[in-house]
Amino acid sequence: MENLIEVSNLRKQFGRLVAVDGVSLTIRRGDVLGFLGPNGAGKSTTMKMITGFLTPTSGTIKVCGTNLATAPLAAKARIGYLPEGAPAYSDMTPASFLDFIADIRGLNRATKVARIREVVARIHLEGVLTQSIDTLSKGFKRRVGLAQAILHDPDILIMDEPTDGLDPNQKHEVRTLIREMAPTKGIIISTHNLEEVDAVCTKAVIIANGRLLFTGSPSELEARSRYHNAVTLGVDPAQAEEIAADLRALPQIAAVDVVSRATGSTFLTAIPKDQKPLFALVQQFIIDQKWSVREMFVENGRLDEVFRSITTNVIRHSVEENLS
Amino acid sequence: MKKLLTLMCREFAGYFATPVAYVFIVIFLFLTGIFTFYVGGFYERNQADLEPFFRYLPWLYMLLIPAISMRLWSEERKSGTIELLMTLPISLMDAVLGKFFAAWLFTALALTLTFPLWLTVNYLGEPDNAVIAGGYLGSLLMAGGFLAIGSCVSALTKNQVIAFVTSFVICFAFNLSGFPIVLDFFHGWAPHAVIDTISSFSFLTHANSIQKGVLDLRDVIYFVSLIGVFLYANMLAIDVKKGS
Repeated sequence: MENLIEVSNLRKQFGRLVAVDGVSLTIRRGDVLGFLGPNGAGKSTTMKMITGFLTPTSGTIKVCGTNLATAPLAAKARIGYLPEGAPAYSDMTPASFLDFIADIRGLNRATKVARIREVVARIHLEGVLTQSIDTLSKGFKRRVGLAQAILHDPDILIMDEPTDGLDPNQKHEVRTLIREMAPTKGIIISTHNLEEVDAVCTKAVIIANGRLLFTGSPSELEARSRYHNAVTLGVDPAQAEEIAADLRALPQIAAVDVVSRATGSTFLTAIPKDQKPLFALVQQFIIDQKWSVREMFVENGRLDEVFRSITTNVIRHSVEENLS
Repeated sequence: MKKLLTLMCREFAGYFATPVAYVFIVIFLFLTGIFTFYVGGFYERNQADLEPFFRYLPWLYMLLIPAISMRLWSEERKSGTIELLMTLPISLMDAVLGKFFAAWLFTALALTLTFPLWLTVNYLGEPDNAVIAGGYLGSLLMAGGFLAIGSCVSALTKNQVIAFVTSFVICFAFNLSGFPIVLDFFHGWAPHAVIDTISSFSFLTHANSIQKGVLDLRDVIYFVSLIGVFLYANMLAIDVKKGS
């Protein structure tokens, strides 16, 4: 498959601060890359360099085979970008704003009219087309930003926190849109929201302190979790301690988490040693011991836990480096 | 070139999207009227020309042009739209020129709307219209110079008030650079050549000769190169500051 974006050894320094340090990435058609990382990790800085807003201190970026540093306009023409917070000229209306973007993008008159009509229908902007952007709600502003980014049907779509601050319905809409466009484009999104990675991404990248710490599929990321293949049981709160103690006694089980909810069942999570499958073992155990279990399911792994363990280690290390 | 025009149109329309344009034009016309007829003594002079109008124009520009230029880049930086603009396939030079020409076109419009003065003077007497045309051309060039300064300053800050005050002070210094108020700073320690250079930078000296109908190529070159230098500095400023 064709490589839409090739980033190699990207580095950005602001004074003495190294914001991005040796990041390399490849995006192919059909990829949806989820950029994860704590605040200030270098996600936005990396995206700003790929879109040509910031100039890298060193490293190369190729967009559809074109070098961004030597032919910036040709490269920028292939990219659609939604910056963080979806900035737009607030004194314009969505209609005039999209018209302006289409003209700057060099769409001819017929294509322009057709594309604006298509994008407006797809993103549901019909109702606010003649209202000034200033007066729009956050959700609509974000949609105007999205419309602007996909107006020229770019090969590459880069979105900095596209669902941040949206309500659950709007988040769902944006994710559906991303999934629909995914097969024909290469997409990069940054997010704090780990469920989003599960929902739309085919690749996940974790970055902290400007360095790439993980590249792989979301399921590979989950497999890193100590909860990978763990089994969670919902049981009667009265019996919870007893069952937990029995489970802990099993040699294949490393630990058991007990989480009690205010109402209903208490949840026990049996964490396996070396992430080996536990389901059959626990099932047999329940039958043998005649415990009554209300629900039972296997965990794929918890992304937030992996995320925390990957990123906090690095941050702790770098603090120690600075102290010594 | 087409992109430059597209951006210029958007910027120009942007002035009229808010009351800024109307307020500016009304105040500009009001003040030119006051300066021409009351302060400049248009009738008392008993001469069919627009000398009193052109004489006070630099001072009016010094105050009003920074009000037009202050938003050019600082607003883009403050609202984050600069990130949008700079990732569109438009070169930095086209972006800077597009914005500058939009502002210049707007001042040209305001200047054109002073035409009743020209009608008045033609009704009252027989002025030398070539001199008046020269006066308008000189004023337009001078407005371009002030705008280039203001545009460059506005790229350096996110705060429009700071952009306004700083541009005002710089325009003031350029207006007065042939006068003791500026030159006294340099007397005593700077060599004569430096002082002569500074005094030759005065907007007033260069504008005056054009406004008197003497279209000297040196004055035109002065304004054009001043605009060029400040717009180039403007590009550098954006390149350095856009990320912060």
